[in-house]
Amino acid sequence: MDGFHRINDSNEKNVTHEVAAVCVLAGKILLENGAETFRIEDTMNRLAKSFSVDQAQSFVTPTGIIFAIEGCDVTQLVRITHRSTNLRKVTEVNSLSREVAEKMIELEAVHRRLTDIDRSAKVYPDWMQILAAAGASSCFLLMFLGRWEDALPAFIAGGTGQAGAIYFHRLTKVKFFSEFMSSILVGVIAVLSVKIGMGSELNKIIIGAVMPLVPGVPITNAVRDVMAGDLVSGLSKSAEAGLTAFAIGIGIALALSIN
Amino acid sequence: MFAVQSVTSFLATCAFGIIYNIPRKPLFHGGLIGMIAWLIYFFLYQWNRNDFVATFAASFVVALMSQVFARLYKNPVIVYSVAGIIPLVPGGLTYSVMSQVVGDQYNLAIHLAEKAFVLSGAIAMGLIFAEVLYQIFKRNFLHNMKKINTRVAFLKK
Repeated sequence: MDGFHRINDSNEKNVTHEVAAVCVLAGKILLENGAETFRIEDTMNRLAKSFSVDQAQSFVTPTGIIFAIEGCDVTQLVRITHRSTNLRKVTEVNSLSREVAEKMIELEAVHRRLTDIDRSAKVYPDWMQILAAAGASSCFLLMFLGRWEDALPAFIAGGTGQAGAIYFHRLTKVKFFSEFMSSILVGVIAVLSVKIGMGSELNKIIIGAVMPLVPGVPITNAVRDVMAGDLVSGLSKSAEAGLTAFAIGIGIALALSIN
Repeated sequence: MFAVQSVTSFLATCAFGIIYNIPRKPLFHGGLIGMIAWLIYFFLYQWNRNDFVATFAASFVVALMSQVFARLYKNPVIVYSVAGIIPLVPGGLTYSVMSQVVGDQYNLAIHLAEKAFVLSGAIAMGLIFAEVLYQIFKRNFLHNMKKINTRVAFLKK
């Protein structure tokens, strides 16, 4: 690999640029789809090493990536504007970087495959995700020792909440607004179901149905990042998780106050 | 009760895997991890009524099993740990904080919020503890393996 690319100086420079582009693209996909900070940095550095660029430095925060190679003037900055959780893409980038480390795939092929991963769709269609959220809500209700007759209201409220989250997220790109609106939906449905006598315990229905919206993973990831020494990512992730929890809380509070 | 708890926790963790777009094969392993973690949490809590210990133990088990599964099937750890952690997140407590705030019971709300914060800390500690333990085990184990290998190579000479 080394000898192959070092034909002349300018060629080598192009190669380092391309390596940086590939690493940054991989980092961007990982960050946008919910990987942990230290793993993103690790993957980027490993990818660079597989293409015999040893002196790579990466700095990852939830809103941007800086990637630089020591000893030459390649530095890349990527701004990240939206983050969601699509662990399929994380898995695919992970296995691609494993393959690259093992067998030395061509740089261009890696770039092509990363673009494909970036463009690929969700594994499960929307209706399945809504159904999953609905099922999870009634399962949580039973796990928290709720009554069997409350499983149906929790099912409806949880499913509507997730459907609302998907719909409002498409409508506006403001994440907190969609979380706020969908938690109002959950709260209103729970309150109504108790009013018409379909459900009995309001608390348990709301707790079960709101679980799909709760930012459990960002909170845990944030504390983990802080403990791992990624202070910048940790603090900004906890701010994000706190805001999400706040949006949900206010939504539920509004719905409760009409009770 | 045991049957209901294990079936519902398995289904709930799998459903969370679907929401997070986890590919099909790790989905069921994640469900298994979630189920075991929830059963540990649930019965530990029923037994001694200490949710801090129960949360810590359950998240420790989640992290340990995720590390093992991740090495076995060559997937990122987060694919396995994410869904298993979800049932442990103090969602109910966070809800009570909100409903106390609506009822103007701010003192009680702050008290509950502190508890929720400590519990999410317990989850994180469980995760970190398992990871550190796994790394120590791996380092020592690999080190010993290397020693044995060099000894074998020496003997073969």
